[in-house]
Amino acid sequence: MAQQELSTLGSVVLRFAGDSGDGMQLTGERFTSVSALFGNDLATLPDYPAEIRAPAGTLAGVSSFQVQISDHDISTAGDAPNVLVAMNPAGLKANLGLLERDATIIVNVDAFDERSLEKAGYDTNPLEDGSLGQFRVYEVPMTTITTEVCKDAGVKPRDAERSKNFFALGLVSWLYSRPTDTTDAWIERRFGKNPLVLEANRRAFRAGYDFGETAELFDARYEVTAAPFPSGEYANITGNTALAWGLIAAAQKASLPLFLGSYPITPASDILHELAKHKEFGVRTFQAEDEIAGVASAIGASYGGALGITTTSGPGLDLKSEAIGLALSLEIPLVVVDVQRGGPSTGLPTKVEQADLLHAMYGRHGEAPVPIVAAITPGDCFNAAIEAVRIAVTYRTPVLLLSDAYLANGTEPWLIPNPDDLPVVDPKFADATNHVADDGSEQFWPYLRDENTLARPWAPPGVPGLEHRIGGLEKADGSGNVSYDGRNHERMSHLRRDKVAGIVASIPDVDVDDPTGDADLLVVGWGGTYGAIATGVARARAAGRKVAHVQLRHMNPFPGNLGDVLRAYPKVLVPELNLGQLSRLLRAEYLVDAQSLNKMQGVPFRASEIASAIETTLGEQS
Amino acid sequence: MTMTPVPLTTRKDWSSDQEVRWCPGCGDYSILAAIQMMMPDLGVRRESTVFVSGIGCAARFPYYMNTYGVHTIHGRAPAIATGLAMARPDLTVFVITGDGDALSIGGNHLIHALRRNVNIKILLFNNRIYGLTKGQYSPTSERGKITKSTPAGSLDRPFDPVSLAVGAEATFVARTHDMDRAHMQETFRRAHEHRGAALVEVYQNCNVFNDAAFEGITGKENRGSMLIQLRHGEPVRFGAEGEFGVFRTPQGAFVTDRVTSENESHLVVHDEHVSDPSLAFSLSRLTISDHEPTPMGVFRDVDAPEYGASVSEQIVQQQTAKGLGDLASLFRSNGSWTVS
Repeated sequence: MAQQELSTLGSVVLRFAGDSGDGMQLTGERFTSVSALFGNDLATLPDYPAEIRAPAGTLAGVSSFQVQISDHDISTAGDAPNVLVAMNPAGLKANLGLLERDATIIVNVDAFDERSLEKAGYDTNPLEDGSLGQFRVYEVPMTTITTEVCKDAGVKPRDAERSKNFFALGLVSWLYSRPTDTTDAWIERRFGKNPLVLEANRRAFRAGYDFGETAELFDARYEVTAAPFPSGEYANITGNTALAWGLIAAAQKASLPLFLGSYPITPASDILHELAKHKEFGVRTFQAEDEIAGVASAIGASYGGALGITTTSGPGLDLKSEAIGLALSLEIPLVVVDVQRGGPSTGLPTKVEQADLLHAMYGRHGEAPVPIVAAITPGDCFNAAIEAVRIAVTYRTPVLLLSDAYLANGTEPWLIPNPDDLPVVDPKFADATNHVADDGSEQFWPYLRDENTLARPWAPPGVPGLEHRIGGLEKADGSGNVSYDGRNHERMSHLRRDKVAGIVASIPDVDVDDPTGDADLLVVGWGGTYGAIATGVARARAAGRKVAHVQLRHMNPFPGNLGDVLRAYPKVLVPELNLGQLSRLLRAEYLVDAQSLNKMQGVPFRASEIASAIETTLGEQS
Repeated sequence: MTMTPVPLTTRKDWSSDQEVRWCPGCGDYSILAAIQMMMPDLGVRRESTVFVSGIGCAARFPYYMNTYGVHTIHGRAPAIATGLAMARPDLTVFVITGDGDALSIGGNHLIHALRRNVNIKILLFNNRIYGLTKGQYSPTSERGKITKSTPAGSLDRPFDPVSLAVGAEATFVARTHDMDRAHMQETFRRAHEHRGAALVEVYQNCNVFNDAAFEGITGKENRGSMLIQLRHGEPVRFGAEGEFGVFRTPQGAFVTDRVTSENESHLVVHDEHVSDPSLAFSLSRLTISDHEPTPMGVFRDVDAPEYGASVSEQIVQQQTAKGLGDLASLFRSNGSWTVS
């Protein structure tokens, strides 16, 4: 047996690609999970089609999963994969353009028959026509070996073939020196109820691993050692899971029952699924008849003293707009989660975009300010959810919580917090009358405000003496009775504006990442672009540029020091996955010459794109 | 919740201090009076009673009740009330709506609230016209209706709210009218006693934009021959002397006919509690055109699991099986690793 040389890599970017039915997401997740347990830092980028099963073998049906593992701190899933595992010709063709120059390609050669090549749109076999010359290509008969090793286990060949993704996982696990015991244990747990499938997957995984060791095909083997993490307990977590857990934690810490009114929509549905699993926290999830009923039921629950939440994506946010205006007018807590995807209309349901910012900001009739919180990493979705709940409950207002398709499905190691350290929010329900009428009678005025926060009392039904009526019609300042008085309407409009603007007093100043303190350029990002921008900025610094970075989490109101920070730098660059929404807000608000860097391709920024934009903006090195 | 007895109250206790602003002569006044006078007899507390409404003339109703109340947006009251009733099973939740609010812009929420059987009492004031927007035809307007938006006559076939509710398998469906306070109160009381979703259609006169729409049925001189009072367990008869009745044709449809000694034994016998909705549906189809004898009262009142209670049960089951939620365990539920 040949002993392959073991090389140590600082990081590696792998991309698993195949047909939607090939189990690529599962394979990628398993590789990620093993690497996380092993101690690597990592970031993932699932990339799958909107169709559940697009025609097999076609480019439309390609499902991919990209993961970067490293021995140091990273915050993106990598720009260009070093390794592509392609289970079929379509998986190869769809991803070829992404690969770095001398990338390694491992293909399931069994899938490169005439029919599959034709379906993928290949006139000639790329494995034979020399078109892959710049890459290192390994042709592995994954289907053949998988069916072979399953033969005497009583598994039908057709069923055995479905385990070929575990063969691929085994092979890559060998190639990157991943421990096998955790995957074995996982297969045991996951498929324990189905002994034949369990056996097929176990054999396929083992066969893949052994193939690497014995086939003498690979001239090298690699390892990526553990990254130096701060000590603590970690979990690998997607943004959607983190967001759901953040909501549960926030509700617990506020002693409020959580109510989710939601309608299934990609890529937000997993939040509904996760919350539906946790009734032990008293969570009520309601799959409503439509998006409007989702938000409306959440408003009803909040009116009743629960923590009303609704989750959606762009098309659903459109439909919820009127109801968000109602919550704003009623001044009751509500968190609206928008997991942004490509728009307009149905757009790109599974792809990332940040083009709902102006909708969140302005997407209602009338003067209708709504606080906006944006999560910046998958793990930060947890904190962002807690912050959104804090603002909603403290200020009695709907809050828009922006995530995106990248954060939703991407993962990163998340330092598990101690529940005791999480912030506590007091709902401070009204429990007594608050006004004495001219005739001396005690009254409850639902729109008498707290002096500091301008928040009105939250008075759910059930308290004698506090009976009151509120609604979407304009209300008299204080008493809350219907009022058509123009001056009162103007006063109420000011109060609603000032209340949201005043939230700034409770949010931290932006943290400027500027190691030298005299950067020539400030890069301002928001939300899920954090990883790419931080990495791109680091590269520019390594190339000798003085660059500062700010990543905004509070989009309305902006942090109090933002204007001063923007004006402190000669140039400001604003990368966004839209056509310039934040830059427009910054220009309007602060009169600064914020330059836009825009991308609308349904994928995150690459760090190299950020670094190159920094170079361009700064021009020739002086 | 306190266990003290429900205090004795009068209509005044249930009336808010707000000036009622419907048009003089509007049928809504008599419905408001009926409800304000009925509330002291329901055995519920003011602070535990909520009126939820959408948009329209009827939707102003909550402002006039000295209870908790919320006047929301067009068509969405059943959805908002659903969330409220799920979050607060201890409350008595009424939805006040109209024919446009409930059947046009809010039709989806209405049928889903009914099919789920969530514990809300929907009182649908049907005046067959849009009042607040000044006189356009509504989803219950008769075909050919001349209005501002249909100068050549409306082309839509109308909904019958009772048929629609029965079609959605609502567990309680009834009809009453604004000219008969006692009947309204009895019907509303029955709806309140029902556990689950209830829909009560109230024929209500809009004297400004659709005056006398129901006069041919509910007018004092017409009631004897045009109103069919439904009574559980009794043959369905009407007319001053009970000389007319409802029969089933061989094809299964219901028709009205004069009762004779020969056909008397074939009269349809009303059964509110039969779980199959066909009987209630057939009764509701007697009124497919105007000026037909019209059934009043409870069409359907059947037992079914109440939605909010079922949701609460699932929570209790899971808490019993898994114990109360613990954040520290939740954060580790997908696996974890320790870096020392």
